[in-house]
Amino acid sequence: MTKRLFVKGNEAVAMAAIEAGCRYYFGYPITPQSDIPEYMSAELPRLGGEFIQAESEIAAVNMLLGASATGVRAMTSSSGPGISLKQEGISYMAGSELPGVIVDIARSGPGLGGIDASQADYFQAVKGGGHGGYHIIVLAPASVQEMYDLTMLAFDLADIYRMPAMILSDSVIGQMKEALIPNRRPEAELPSKEWAVRGKGEGDQRIVKSLYLGDGELEAHNWKLHNRYCELKEKECRWEAFRTEDADLLVTAFGSCARIAKTAIMLAREEGLKVGLLRPVTLFPFPAAAYEELTSRCKKILDIELNAGQMIEDVRLSVSPDTEVFFYGRPPGTGSLPTPEELLEQIRKHY
Amino acid sequence: MPQIFKRPTSLKDVQTHFCSGCHHGTIHRLVAEAMDEFGVQGRAIGIASVGCSVFLYSYFDIDVVEAPHGRAPAVATGVKRARPGSFVFTYQGDGDLAAIGTSEIIHAANRGEDITVIFVNNTTYGMTGGQMAPTTMVGQRTSTSPYGRMKEKDGAPLRMAELLAQLEGVSFSARVAVNSPRNLMDAKKQIKTAFRYQVEGKGFSFIEALSACPTNWGMKPLQANERVGTELCDYFRLGVYKNIMEL
Repeated sequence: MTKRLFVKGNEAVAMAAIEAGCRYYFGYPITPQSDIPEYMSAELPRLGGEFIQAESEIAAVNMLLGASATGVRAMTSSSGPGISLKQEGISYMAGSELPGVIVDIARSGPGLGGIDASQADYFQAVKGGGHGGYHIIVLAPASVQEMYDLTMLAFDLADIYRMPAMILSDSVIGQMKEALIPNRRPEAELPSKEWAVRGKGEGDQRIVKSLYLGDGELEAHNWKLHNRYCELKEKECRWEAFRTEDADLLVTAFGSCARIAKTAIMLAREEGLKVGLLRPVTLFPFPAAAYEELTSRCKKILDIELNAGQMIEDVRLSVSPDTEVFFYGRPPGTGSLPTPEELLEQIRKHY
Repeated sequence: MPQIFKRPTSLKDVQTHFCSGCHHGTIHRLVAEAMDEFGVQGRAIGIASVGCSVFLYSYFDIDVVEAPHGRAPAVATGVKRARPGSFVFTYQGDGDLAAIGTSEIIHAANRGEDITVIFVNNTTYGMTGGQMAPTTMVGQRTSTSPYGRMKEKDGAPLRMAELLAQLEGVSFSARVAVNSPRNLMDAKKQIKTAFRYQVEGKGFSFIEALSACPTNWGMKPLQANERVGTELCDYFRLGVYKNIMEL
């Protein structure tokens, strides 16, 4: 019989990382993600790994940079304010073509904000939150099971594309307990890490760096990174289409918000409204083709977010011409999480 | 005829970008000699910092990771924890280590990471054009202290070798200079001791090397060299501040 566990989303992330072969965790306490470092601090020493509670978020991400540079699987996790501090290191990792997994159990902001669920860090995650015009892989789980499965995928994609990968979740999914099937690490064809610094031995020197001063060097480097982003868009887009076949109105939402939207869609279906859900699983690469295809038939789409409108920009860029795009969202803060009935009202309004 | 002097194999056969009279090249050579003598070149991973020292990989024939400004001790921590068998050292300037990276150096030292830190103190930000550093002397004019560093406003220069020596996690801390043959010989000895701590797995070792920066001090190389031996050595006293095992 398949083992089923009843765990928190945050615990599922930690369990998946270990199953994926991650033995190095560097982090700093912040609500609502502290279950991850707590789990890792107990488990990694037993597995011959290393857990460091760093002096700061900045130190933690740079420890990740160092460990990843040696070719091992490593990770860090944080939330809002901590992720802001990590942006320096994430930019350097992107520039240095280093894999590594960063988990963002987002909280509300700006500033210290609050600890409620929020999707207001969409821009920060998918548009390259640090300096220099880069992207990282961003995966948006909508269940505890996906927290687990997508964390393992994040490690694989990071290694294959030599870039950081982020799990963008929030306190709803991170703190919620659900049934989890702890799947085995999937088979994946992974490239060997010839670039890793392990001491040159008798071979050639290896350098992990992001500084390119020679004439034309940095431009060439950036085109290489850009081409990799194009390859990701071509090969790695993932999404869920739920009851979209006959839909007259499409709803789109990601992560925790998509779960509330799904309930609202089922309520709408009970009323005879033909509504479907398009849920992007990869936020970068954004599944633009799925939007274009579905909106070539269904010309109305309602984007719902736990913010005042961020993913909407990517939705507008992706839909087929003449599609009507509607938006409903509330900026984060205690009491701002919409109910299914509230979303049903929006569905009725735009149907 | 036997060869009695040669380029260390840990150093590449290239010209450096360093200005005339700068001590970086000399310190590079001492570090490379010490690596050769311990036979660690093949398992060495150097952590380059931001500033004049960033081109570590252009001069040392070893594997190198480039760290963000000030973060070299955190990067070194990640490298060493993931590959405990490696020989890991950071090479950082004063702005990098004693200003933007103060948190990283103090905590890596306090954890007693099994790494060596080479800290080059030339009392200024060299690469960016000679701005005031945390180690700039009181009264020293720089491009951002045009009236001279004022203790009341800017604080006094930080003495990192003494500061770090107080931490439980530090095994070895010394300040050296390379402005005279005698100081250079002593610097080599202290660098070797610092490396010995790591080679023997005995904890965190720290070398502060005073360096001239004639370009940004607005001095001729000889004058700058002399300043290291007088003004700098008066405030930044050379010596061993901690040597827990008397290695």
